[in-house]
Amino acid sequence: MSDTLIEVSNVSKIYQRGKMDVPVLESLNLTVDQGDFLALMGPSGSGKTTLLNLIGGLDVPTSGSIRIGSENIDQLSQGQLATWRSRNVGFVFQFYNLLPVLTASKNVELPLLLTGLSGKERKKRAQAALSVVGLEDRANHRPAELSGGQEQRVAIARAIVSDPELLVCDEPTGDLDRTTADEILELIQLLNKDYGKTVLMVTHDPKAADHASHSLHLDKGRLIEAQPA
Amino acid sequence: MNSLSQISAITMMNLHNLPARIGSSLVIVVGIAGVVAVLVAILSMAKGFEATLQGSGSPDRAIVLRGGSTSEMASSLSSQQTNLISTKPGILNTDKGLLAAKETYVIADIRKRANNSPANMPMRGVDQNSFEIREEVEIVEGRNIEFGRFELIAGIKAADQFQGIDLGSELNIRGAAWKVVGLFEAGGGIYESEVWVDNVVLRQNLKRGGGSNSLFVKLESPADFDVFEQALQDDPQLETNVLRESTYYAAQSVSTTAMITNFGYAVGIIMAIGAIFAALNTMYSAVSARSVEIATLRALGFGQVPIVISVMVEALALAMIGGLIGATLAYLLFNGYTASTWGGTFSQVSFDFAVTPELLTRGITWSCLLGLIGGLFPSITAARQPITVALRGM
Repeated sequence: MSDTLIEVSNVSKIYQRGKMDVPVLESLNLTVDQGDFLALMGPSGSGKTTLLNLIGGLDVPTSGSIRIGSENIDQLSQGQLATWRSRNVGFVFQFYNLLPVLTASKNVELPLLLTGLSGKERKKRAQAALSVVGLEDRANHRPAELSGGQEQRVAIARAIVSDPELLVCDEPTGDLDRTTADEILELIQLLNKDYGKTVLMVTHDPKAADHASHSLHLDKGRLIEAQPA
Repeated sequence: MNSLSQISAITMMNLHNLPARIGSSLVIVVGIAGVVAVLVAILSMAKGFEATLQGSGSPDRAIVLRGGSTSEMASSLSSQQTNLISTKPGILNTDKGLLAAKETYVIADIRKRANNSPANMPMRGVDQNSFEIREEVEIVEGRNIEFGRFELIAGIKAADQFQGIDLGSELNIRGAAWKVVGLFEAGGGIYESEVWVDNVVLRQNLKRGGGSNSLFVKLESPADFDVFEQALQDDPQLETNVLRESTYYAAQSVSTTAMITNFGYAVGIIMAIGAIFAALNTMYSAVSARSVEIATLRALGFGQVPIVISVMVEALALAMIGGLIGATLAYLLFNGYTASTWGGTFSQVSFDFAVTPELLTRGITWSCLLGLIGGLFPSITAARQPITVALRGM
């Protein structure tokens, strides 16, 4: 039996719009095992990105608890949460979110600036991460000089460079054509299978979800079904 | 180490981004350059005026006025009094005798060369000892006056400022024609704004009889001032006000210097408020344009404090560039520029603007303060925006 990496217990999230409370997640429970590749699906506004943000430590629940590994992240302060994210989570965003003024290599190095590694070691690790995604020859290119697929590969290299256990991917193929999307999904699958990364991926695309080992569907803030991929 | 790396990384990113935001960044640079240039220029006026008046006085010279008088114009001494004062201890005795000079100070109506506007020209009646007492006075063109004649020498700044002061020409002042026979320098001091004539001839022309407004004396040393002052106080026949020459001119400069300085700061503060709003606007725009980048960095684990500091560093860098440009402009345009204003006796004093290193430092310090204020609130906004909101580019 696999170890549980993520345990979401009775989590609710309510946003405030003016004087109105807008519930997004309601008493949600979820466990994800280490090494899983879980796709979160559902219509817009169903709360899947909110759930992803809570698990990734970008936001905090209104109530309930979230344990990742041995850490109850809902108990952490903003500063502690930032440190925790830097050590345990790799983020892949729909629009890549690379810094346009930095080269691919420097973008990948960014998370390593939060460690005590020397510049030489950072560069070496960034180069290694770029080789994993097949872009070692594009290290000195800036984002504007790369295709969308290449940019997303750089973003994935940035997500794995500090070797986090968990990869959080928010619509990672939402801005890509089918062929490129498949290549990216295969890369994420590789990271899951060969490198043991636990992957949580939000997607609207059933074909993207097919690459996951499990899919969960959300609607109006509740998990409505779980099905094997 | 960790925080420094973060600050350095974000700051470098911000600074690399500057060329893409050159237009909005220039708003800060130009706004603050304007503030600093105006502030430094006005303060350099005060500094130059102060330096001119304070540089005119020497601690080993004293001026004796009538008791209760604070300026030469309001003073009057009889010949009997000046003769008595000249016998007091502390006055330097040379082979030319005791160095005391009876002088008369009046103002004459004249017009400025620059704009033909009326002005009050200071006119000083001097005697031969006046030149022995003021060693810095040097004839640079023409010759000195011949005593007993209607002749006039002019300080170079007076000659520069006032109409009709040309070598060989005649100036009609108070019903007499004075021939301009020479120009003099006086170490950059206030005397360069005056014209000098024979004291006796002047008083006869003014029908004031003997005597003078003041008595200038050269002391044996600065320390002999106390001896001289005490001797005057101890003499029941004299009721005088004696001051070191340096103290006298420093006092003359105080009110005008304070007025110019206060005006400078008032203008500076008003402009600074405008510049702060410009800086705030620019930095808010800059932060807003990079909200996704900043949120991405925070998602990766970068802290709020490094983000606040890095945004402030950017604002500070832009403000400092503005400050340096403003200070340089003020120096190039105004240092040494000659102007004139009313001195303590309602006469025209010419002086050079003095853009000193202290003023340049003060101007650049102002620019840094403006940058910090302009960067503070946008940087806090950037750091406090919820990551999930900023990632959506909202």
